Amino acid sequence: MAVAAGLVGAFALMRRMTLAGDALSHVALPGIGVAILIGINPLAGALVALLGGAVLIWALERRTRVATEAIIGVVFSAALAVGALLATGEQLIDALFGAPRTLSTWELVAGLTGAAAVIAFMLAARDRLVLLFLSSDVARTAGIDVQRLGLLYLLAFALTVALGLRFLGALLMGSLIIIPAATARQVARNLNQMLGWSVGLAVFATVIGAWIAESTGHETGPLIVIVAASCFVLVTAVRRR
Amino acid sequence: MILPANALEVEHLSVRLGDVEILRDLSFSVPKGSSLAVIGPNGSGKTILFRALIGAVPHEGTVRWAPDARIGYVPQRLDLERNLPVTGDDLLRARARLAAAQSSDIERVLSRVGLTREILGKGIGTLSGGQFQRLLIAFALLGDPTVLLLDEPTAGIDEPGQERVTETVRRLQEDGVTVLMISHELSVVVRWATNVLCLSREHTYYGIPRQVLTPEVLEQVYGEPVALYVHDDPRPIS
Repeated sequence: MAVAAGLVGAFALMRRMTLAGDALSHVALPGIGVAILIGINPLAGALVALLGGAVLIWALERRTRVATEAIIGVVFSAALAVGALLATGEQLIDALFGAPRTLSTWELVAGLTGAAAVIAFMLAARDRLVLLFLSSDVARTAGIDVQRLGLLYLLAFALTVALGLRFLGALLMGSLIIIPAATARQVARNLNQMLGWSVGLAVFATVIGAWIAESTGHETGPLIVIVAASCFVLVTAVRRR
Repeated sequence: MILPANALEVEHLSVRLGDVEILRDLSFSVPKGSSLAVIGPNGSGKTILFRALIGAVPHEGTVRWAPDARIGYVPQRLDLERNLPVTGDDLLRARARLAAAQSSDIERVLSRVGLTREILGKGIGTLSGGQFQRLLIAFALLGDPTVLLLDEPTAGIDEPGQERVTETVRRLQEDGVTVLMISHELSVVVRWATNVLCLSREHTYYGIPRQVLTPEVLEQVYGEPVALYVHDDPRPIS
């Protein structure tokens, strides 16, 4: 899951969608709320909502590239509000910040499969994504189906958010995608290094965060994000000197 | 059917963005191996024209490319931030792998645009404007294009850099590549282009530069008198 987050995040920086990506992760919440209302697995509801959100961003950007960030911000903040109304009490806290200790075998298998799918896609589509985010017009003349590839990337992003919901929740999963990538950007000198650092830092934050949570009895999600953010601050401070 | 001698034929091309008509009823053709300069004031739709030609914006009318046309596109602006840790090597290798090109092809396109291997290790944000444009041309050449579309490749570049880019494009044309280039440099256009397409809100002019670019036409297109001097000929064109 962390490897997928690191890879997806590095390309999210290239696509300049850090804000949109974070907002997209909030759309999981109404999905969870509706799922609880109609009595299905909350993660299934979140996955449907996230994939729907990805398609919505894609459709908005197809119509116009202008001001989509604003539209996305409004739509998904509203989604967060609706989700907060639908889910209540402990459910809400779990959905927002994650609850890793209640992971079932089914969820583990689905999670690993999903993570493998995202990683395989990111590695296979790497060159095409570089061209797409360099310039969609250049990608088009190189024979790439830019609409399809753009949609696939957004779906990979949405799936990655879904993968992390159990651990980090709707509010924090966006951070595990963006923060390691933003940190990697400051250390790396080329694309391979950026992808390597981004993946490495995401895995590091997840393992260390989970370990601290285990030893101290605190929630896992916030600790993972705090570790990731500390790495970012540390790297920024070292580079400033 | 497109005439065998043409790389591109455009008939009655119109583009609307929302309620605004950007291009209206454009017709022109580009013979294989020739060069077409596209000029016009800001907002006259030059980049939109290129994007319509590559199918990136919806349009009316017909755009016919030669069946063997492979298009290389060199955009004016990139979607990518220049200060990301991405090197020339990252870009060229990604493009080469997609075009099933070899490492030797990267060396070959670099020498065609007059760049050295040194450029490969540098972040794209650290390159000069001229170096970066030539890197983008090298990038486009990896697809082995028969037609090259360049959107203001000399904009924002110092004069020596501009000359090197122009020289690069001229050499590619000598190698048989058909070139379509948006340009602000009228003197370069007159010296170099086979044909010129002059866009403005009201009128469109198309033909041989020395015949099309009269002071009257330039004044009509740009809305003010434009003096045009050709470097090897100190007299203004009349």
